[in-house]
Amino acid sequence: MRSRAHRWSLFFSALLGLGVLSGCAKSNSETSNEVVVWHWMTDREDALQKLADQYQKDHGVKVRLELYAPSDAYSSRVRAAAQTNTLPDIFGVLGESRDLASFIKSGYILNLEDAMNENNGAWHKAFFAKALANNTFEAGNQYEVPPGIYGVPIDVTNIQMLYNKDLFKQAGLDPEKAPETWREFIQDWHKLKAAGIPGLASGWGETWMIDCFASNYAFNIMGEKKVLDTFRGKVAYTDPDWIQVLSIFDDIRKEDLLVSGVVTMINKTAEQTFANGKAAFAFNGSWCVNVYRGMNPSLNYSAMLPPKISNRNPMRIWGGAGSSFMVNARSQHQKEAVDFLRWLTGADQQAALSKETMNLPANKSSVGQLPPLLAAFGSQMDVTTHPSQWPVAENPMVIEAFDKGIQSILIGEKTPEQIAEEVEKRKRELAAH
Amino acid sequence: MNWPRIKDLFTTYLFVIPAVVLFSVFSLIPFFKVFQLSVFEWDGISPHMHFVGLGNFATAIFHDTSWWISMRNAGVITLLALTLQNFLALVLAMIVDREIEGKNFYRVVFYLPPVLSGIVVGLVWNWIFDGSHGLLNYALSGMGLGHWARAWLADPKTALYGIAVIHMWKGFGWGFVILLAGLQAIPRELNEAARVDGAGEWTIFSKITVPLMLPVFFLVSILTILGTMQIFDIIVSTTNGGPGYHTEVPITRILAAMVGSSRFGYACSLGILFGLILLAVSMVQMRLSKWSSRYN
Repeated sequence: MRSRAHRWSLFFSALLGLGVLSGCAKSNSETSNEVVVWHWMTDREDALQKLADQYQKDHGVKVRLELYAPSDAYSSRVRAAAQTNTLPDIFGVLGESRDLASFIKSGYILNLEDAMNENNGAWHKAFFAKALANNTFEAGNQYEVPPGIYGVPIDVTNIQMLYNKDLFKQAGLDPEKAPETWREFIQDWHKLKAAGIPGLASGWGETWMIDCFASNYAFNIMGEKKVLDTFRGKVAYTDPDWIQVLSIFDDIRKEDLLVSGVVTMINKTAEQTFANGKAAFAFNGSWCVNVYRGMNPSLNYSAMLPPKISNRNPMRIWGGAGSSFMVNARSQHQKEAVDFLRWLTGADQQAALSKETMNLPANKSSVGQLPPLLAAFGSQMDVTTHPSQWPVAENPMVIEAFDKGIQSILIGEKTPEQIAEEVEKRKRELAAH
Repeated sequence: MNWPRIKDLFTTYLFVIPAVVLFSVFSLIPFFKVFQLSVFEWDGISPHMHFVGLGNFATAIFHDTSWWISMRNAGVITLLALTLQNFLALVLAMIVDREIEGKNFYRVVFYLPPVLSGIVVGLVWNWIFDGSHGLLNYALSGMGLGHWARAWLADPKTALYGIAVIHMWKGFGWGFVILLAGLQAIPRELNEAARVDGAGEWTIFSKITVPLMLPVFFLVSILTILGTMQIFDIIVSTTNGGPGYHTEVPITRILAAMVGSSRFGYACSLGILFGLILLAVSMVQMRLSKWSSRYN
């Protein structure tokens, strides 16, 4: 009896051990004829699946989509897969240019320049120029990445301001005329405030959104060259132009322009606040068209560029590729993966994706089919810029000091001059290291 | 060694292998990997790492002011949890320990907050503390205290205390359960004998309950310190460390180093430093616990 129990126990132990070991085995599609795509876009899952099914029907290649969300979990999975050499055929790199550069330099991402330039560059020409810029490394880039195009954008995005037309009307303002200058903006705000209407809602608890807003005005006040020279260490953050950028946030505080709690508010809450008509203005990305449609289909609003504060330089807004896919440089299905992405970014597929998800298509020939609000975002793609397109990047620890410093200005804890000093000090300390 | 003995030995080891493999893969190897990474500069992606020795630790200890701000913030929340949260837990445990009606109902109710997700709790309290439409501000206005209304989690004067309140609300149930178990382990005859001898409630509490509960108090305080210093989910779902650095805690700084600036080696060194600090605090607590037992 004891012997039989032993044998069974032995069998189950061996089975469990094998199970554990088999978990360490590779599980990609090396042996099968299918393209595996890892993505994080919960909102586009159904639309992408429909397109993948259509691709299999038309081209006979199965595309297996695997969703890993939220984006933090997705990023961790991609990094872990890179370490174990188990990346799928197609994947995305969420993060900043330095992360993408690291993946490329480690040999995980295929350079698509040749594929883009086939047939007189037909694929290349199909995209908005700014869409490809986020995935392109020029010669002599600071990350020392070999020049090339390393990603395929499947949509584009940009971040602008929005205003509630009904609340404008309620305050006696012309709902068809958005403020274009900072002075007009503040004048409109005074009227809105007098009518008891709350001001601006944005997810400034997520510091990247503060960085984006400040960056818009840095470009407007001092121009691209001076901003980048600051990153290079040639201009100090204590320069009067930077003080003027920081002073905008002091003005915002003094004018009581922000909805209560914006300084720690996540963007989802800010979106809900604007969608419910509890804020006259919002600062948000083009993805908001889809978000607001879900939250309040009758919301009457329009997009506007952030009101400029200076006439010296044009207002630039953050934008470019929204979501991009990369091809695994070690994949055995490189050709199939590239072919699928070429098909996915074709005009018809892009239009279908845009219609389903209300995101701006990366293929510029699909823009004509967009609804007016999305078209308003699309019309400003030419004035977009993005840190990933700049030839030099600021140290993330300096950016953190800058963004957290702006939060301190917004709560009246520190002055623009104090923050400028602190950021410059951090920059010098890091340079000394 | 004969064949049955060999077979027996083989079987024994085979039983242990799955557990050893699992423990090694998911606990031992990552544990040592963290130590290894802490002496390198690494972005989490590249196959190449740059050896920096104890440089990461030196940076954390001597140059990273935000790290020490986060330690101080976690210390403030821990101090409040150690005192207010555990006092509340003890009072409620003593009430439920008596023969009161519906005590099982109270036990369940008090134990509910700890089993809720920290993210969900944070979101609910976000709504309570909201500056524009928050329940707390609404209640204050209703009581004629509208001038006290504010965005509680965005105001630097109240943000950290707001987080502490949320954490204490979520955490007091653990202390309550452990303290209640401790109270119920005290023989009733002791209290009854003391009453017969003319002891009042305070004398019974101070001369019988407290001395017998000392090991339980130490256990609860160690768990409170370890649990509170590692607070994270509530912060992420409410303030994300802001405004400024007012609600940053050690785990958010470790995450910022790892995800925000891709300094995996530095993040690992912060993790080790944090672990050592918690270990030191726990050891002091244990020494105190042993000393008090001997004294009693």
